[in-house]
Amino acid sequence: MAKSQTKSGADASVEHKSRRDFIVVATYAMGAVGAGAFVWPLVDQMNPAADTLALASIEVDVSKIVEGQSITIKWRGKPIFIRHRTASEIEEASGVLQDELRDPEGDDVRAQKPEYLVVLGVCTHLGCVPLGQKVGEVRGEYGGWFCPCHGSHYDSSGRIRKGPAPLNLEVPPYSFLSDQVIRIG
Amino acid sequence: MSASKFSNPVVRWIDHRLPIFSFLEHEANEYPTPKNLNYFWNFGSLAGISLVIMIVTGITLAMSYTAHVDYAFESVERIMRDVNHGWLLRYIHMNGASFFFIVVFIHIFRGLYYGSYKAPRELLWMLGVVILLLMMATAFMGYVLPWGQMSFWGATVITNLFSAIPFVGESIVTWLWGGFSVDNPTLNRFFALHYLMPFLIVGVVILHLVALHRFGSNNPLGIDTRGPQDTLPFHPYYTIKDFFGLSVFLTFLAAAVFFFPNFLGHPDNYIPADPLQTPAHIVPEWYFLPFYAILRAVPDKLGGVLAMFGAIAILFVLPWLDRSPVRSARFRPLFKIFFWILVIDCIVLGYVGAKPAEGMYLLVGRVATVWYFVHFLAILPLLSVIETPRPLPQSISTPVFGGGGGLAGAVAAPKEKL
Repeated sequence: MAKSQTKSGADASVEHKSRRDFIVVATYAMGAVGAGAFVWPLVDQMNPAADTLALASIEVDVSKIVEGQSITIKWRGKPIFIRHRTASEIEEASGVLQDELRDPEGDDVRAQKPEYLVVLGVCTHLGCVPLGQKVGEVRGEYGGWFCPCHGSHYDSSGRIRKGPAPLNLEVPPYSFLSDQVIRIG
Repeated sequence: MSASKFSNPVVRWIDHRLPIFSFLEHEANEYPTPKNLNYFWNFGSLAGISLVIMIVTGITLAMSYTAHVDYAFESVERIMRDVNHGWLLRYIHMNGASFFFIVVFIHIFRGLYYGSYKAPRELLWMLGVVILLLMMATAFMGYVLPWGQMSFWGATVITNLFSAIPFVGESIVTWLWGGFSVDNPTLNRFFALHYLMPFLIVGVVILHLVALHRFGSNNPLGIDTRGPQDTLPFHPYYTIKDFFGLSVFLTFLAAAVFFFPNFLGHPDNYIPADPLQTPAHIVPEWYFLPFYAILRAVPDKLGGVLAMFGAIAILFVLPWLDRSPVRSARFRPLFKIFFWILVIDCIVLGYVGAKPAEGMYLLVGRVATVWYFVHFLAILPLLSVIETPRPLPQSISTPVFGGGGGLAGAVAAPKEKL
């Protein structure tokens, strides 16, 4: 009696082992899915909120900027430099040979309309705001911008020419809504 | 022996220097637990998980909350509308507070019914009362943060309780407020303390667990375990039972969060705080209602405050009020009747606390308040003397297996399931 019970018990255990494994794996899998579903909102709440995203694009009237003047505006919490360039600055920027540049890029690629250069005023080295926007500020050796933190020089197209920064000043996504108004973002 | 416990050499290396794995093995895996625990023993772990849920959602909410009278209300609305999943986190936190109290109240009444507060678990019980007090303070200050009408006037009324203290009361209230009314300094310190106190609760919970593991869980029979035949290892027997209870709990919590998120709240708290206008009918959150009813039942300012705090303070000395050596109400026929009367009494107090303090409600509230104190101060000491308990079983195994076969049964039972 006892022996036969043990035997049938052993047979059953082989069969039940796989069933039980299935239940265990299924339980862990459901638990993992549930935990993931709970963790995602906790992580995602740190991403930009809807009202932050709603401020992610701005419109600027550039017709008031006189030739040779620059303005700084805030976009996504960072400065945007818009410079109404003079004819000599445009000429200088487009005349540079590509092999002189650390981050080769043509001026015609960087400025949709040559008169207006729109760049992010954030040094590509470590994020300082370069000088050169206001009258009388140092513009560096290449007549564009100069970053005082670690001495990066940018030309009148916002390209890196000298100093530790690896890349040109970033051109944000923008478009001309009319001849006077551009939308950034 | 401890060297051979773990086969993984890295685990063994660490465990030799920092015995964290031995500790977990001992306290969470093989931890001997009475084998006759019923589902009322799920509520301790549920309370712990509720605390974790509240801390996690609370920290994430704090990332988007602004503790300033001019911005607090709007920052909460921003959480509801703009922050990713903000509505979900806030509704879990809001309803989680209520569910935490539901779980803790059941946990407390389970302790009352089965005599879990008796020797040698008096400190375990008293630490639990400390946790309850900290929870109440934390919940109260959390309710102030959204800076709605109920927040503001709740804060005003509750802080004014301290003005009942003779001589120094007014100074204490001014100190609590940091000004001459509930205002920006009050909101700022409430936020700071609301963030701090859950971690104090975690600390006391750890002490609560240390005290628990000293003698192990009480059980529905209220008798001590007499060896391995009366216990099961905590894992997997009670981990799986706790997980099952957790999934039921989470189902109820999810139902509240997704379908009735504001059922337990007050619409008035969606009106921004106005220091010049009190809402017509203010009531605290439901979990404070029994205490609120006791406060209003006493027609004297200081007396009401003392009665309200006394209602909790009395729990501290409960182990010495109930002198009966028998723990479980199963073997105490009179105690069992009075236990259920106390449950009804607390529900009545809660109901009265939600109603205006006038007419019948005031009278019923007074009777219920008196009964609450009579139960603890007179009935329990009296029962210890006059009640004849029913005979206790020899051991936990005895009523199940009818005699000596306990050891064989305990070992055979799990094998049959394979």
